[in-house]
Amino acid sequence: MAAPRQVERPLSPHLQIYRFTITMAMSIIHRITGVGLYGGTALLAWWLIALATGPDAYAMFMSVAGSWIGKLVLFGFTWALVNHLLSGLRYFWWDAVLAFEKKTADLISWSAAIGGVLLTVAIWAAAICLRGAL
Amino acid sequence: MSKQDMRTPLAKILHLGSAKSGTEDHVIQRATALAIAPLSVFAIVSVVALIGADYETARAYVGHPLISILLIALISAFVLHMRIGVKITIEDYVHSEGLKHYSLLANSFFSYGIGLACIYAALKIGFGS
Repeated sequence: MAAPRQVERPLSPHLQIYRFTITMAMSIIHRITGVGLYGGTALLAWWLIALATGPDAYAMFMSVAGSWIGKLVLFGFTWALVNHLLSGLRYFWWDAVLAFEKKTADLISWSAAIGGVLLTVAIWAAAICLRGAL
Repeated sequence: MSKQDMRTPLAKILHLGSAKSGTEDHVIQRATALAIAPLSVFAIVSVVALIGADYETARAYVGHPLISILLIALISAFVLHMRIGVKITIEDYVHSEGLKHYSLLANSFFSYGIGLACIYAALKIGFGS
């Protein structure tokens, strides 16, 4: 099939022309965290392959994951996952044509943003409490 | 013509307008999200519980049939979800036709490759070999 002929069409205004809104910010963050989690699945694969390979491979993974940079990446991964999860829940309302009023849309977006940070801190606090110092 | 077609003949030969498909990605994205939401809570709880655990404990936990099944379900939903998510992102930002097609191909290879690796490892742990 021949490629459609390229026609110069007028473009709609893009990002830089709009003022900041939380729905817009969470939409962008949702996409960025999604791409981050995509890359992060390589870590999940590494962990599982190390666990399947043997104690040495697992020790190697754990030493990297336990280093300060490993913990930093894992902390970021936790936040990305929780934020993407909470932010993603909004789409179920919007698919059902609910929560489109400006105030409601802002409210659930702020809730997802703040809830994401609080849950991330709570998960790490629980981890530290359960296992002593990390 | 059985259905009313509002396109002009010119629009039709330029391939403009509806491709009569394209909702599958959206539906799969929401269906997998619905599966991932509770499964990722299970995953977070598992990882927190395993912090500081030695190799034998971690392997015994992941090797438990129920845990293996939930893990493989999570990975499967993850793979479908992340492939579509990045596919949409590529389609949004990569406009050159050639680069777009190779990017989409690389996206599929990465997503399914990760899925294959994780599922193989989970099965190997589960079957204890």
